[in-house]
Amino acid sequence: MVQKLRLLKESPSQTAGPYVHIGTNPNWVEITGVWQEDLGLVLVDPETKGERIIIKGRVFDGAGDPLKDALIEIWQADAEGLYNSPQEKRGKADPHFVGWGRQPADGMTGEYRFETIKPGRAPYKDGRLMAPHITVWIVARGINTGLHTRMYFSDEEAANAKCPVLARIAHKARVPTLVATRAEENGLPTYTFDIHIQGEKETVFFDI
Amino acid sequence: MSDQGSFYQRDRSWHPLAFTPSYKTSVLRSPQHPLLSLENTISELTGPVFGHDKLGPLDNDLLRNFAKTGDPIGQRIVVYGRVLDENARPVPGALLEFWQANAGGRYRHKKETYLAAIDPNFGGCGRVITDEEGRYWFRTIKPGAYPWPNGVNDWRPAHIHFSVFGHAFAQRLITQMYFEGDPMIWQDPIVATIPDKSAIEQLVAALDRQNTLPMDALAYKFDIVLRGRRSTMFENHMEGN
Ligand SMILES: [Fe+3]
Repeated sequence: MVQKLRLLKESPSQTAGPYVHIGTNPNWVEITGVWQEDLGLVLVDPETKGERIIIKGRVFDGAGDPLKDALIEIWQADAEGLYNSPQEKRGKADPHFVGWGRQPADGMTGEYRFETIKPGRAPYKDGRLMAPHITVWIVARGINTGLHTRMYFSDEEAANAKCPVLARIAHKARVPTLVATRAEENGLPTYTFDIHIQGEKETVFFDI
Repeated sequence: MSDQGSFYQRDRSWHPLAFTPSYKTSVLRSPQHPLLSLENTISELTGPVFGHDKLGPLDNDLLRNFAKTGDPIGQRIVVYGRVLDENARPVPGALLEFWQANAGGRYRHKKETYLAAIDPNFGGCGRVITDEEGRYWFRTIKPGAYPWPNGVNDWRPAHIHFSVFGHAFAQRLITQMYFEGDPMIWQDPIVATIPDKSAIEQLVAALDRQNTLPMDALAYKFDIVLRGRRSTMFENHMEGN
């Protein structure tokens, strides 16, 4: 026998199930009076630095139907590319921006929607800058382990072309699955980021 | 120091596969391409912090946090444990959110159609932040088993759902807790998505007779393990090699 290396194993994942919102968004499912407000609904306040944007989209299953029970979380840097986290050692992030958001997909249409700011660029491990991006995490009934992906921006072509993470995608035709399209809606830049869990347009998901 | 390295690769043979046909909903909700392995960047090594100021005084008391006319029906229990990483180090400041059915196996949700009664005094949600030693506890009632549409006669064992935030977004985890001695664990298609029996056992909380509250509540101990980080000693290799 030799000495034991790793002490413990990570707890295995289980599906969030159809009623994840009871635990994450109780007010949204009409369990009111337990806590004041559901976490993660509001990302920006009037003093948050950066360009205000809307992100919206739907999550599609292999039959092309939108998931109406999905829960979507985002995690992103501030306008300067700094994360509001104790693990961030490069500087102090905007105190008016936590950078984490959580929204349920609409129960009728499956659309999710975040009001946030466009993030700045953060470095890859070797110091090269990654293109601006937002980490996206999806859970729902039928998803056994939460799916990690990234959203990039269609108006950042030059940065996207040099992003060391996008460069790792061997099948170049799949890169556009990570790029949200910018359009102007109600006077606000709005990015549409549809996520396809499987099928021809399957989004690139990461094992991080 | 030890909180800076990148994370050990997730052991995908310990977790459920994405495509598990006996759990039918997974068939159309599982990616078919392999996941793209990504060495952790700052985007995965960081994560949001939730302060105790976000929580209300009854958030960890499911006996009281929704009650209207009295206590909910059911076996009173305390669930407690620690959040640790794979290096067995405590994870302080972790936000746990949990949700469950009532004693009859019924969720309080408008899309729920199971005929078991709604308990007017039970909401079924709670949350807690771990202390400096990674410890947490909450009070609730033991949830009932319930039938669900998968096979014509599939039943979920009693369980509590857990959502966990550690110190980094790479540690984000949703899982479920089961109860020691429940024979229904071993007939459940969702439990069975986990291929390894000892991995399943990691989700089974132990009945802890030493920590029961006498004349009040049974206790179940449930430790949760999040991914561990490499020592930074191995991170400071020469760049550009
Ligand atoms: Fe459940």
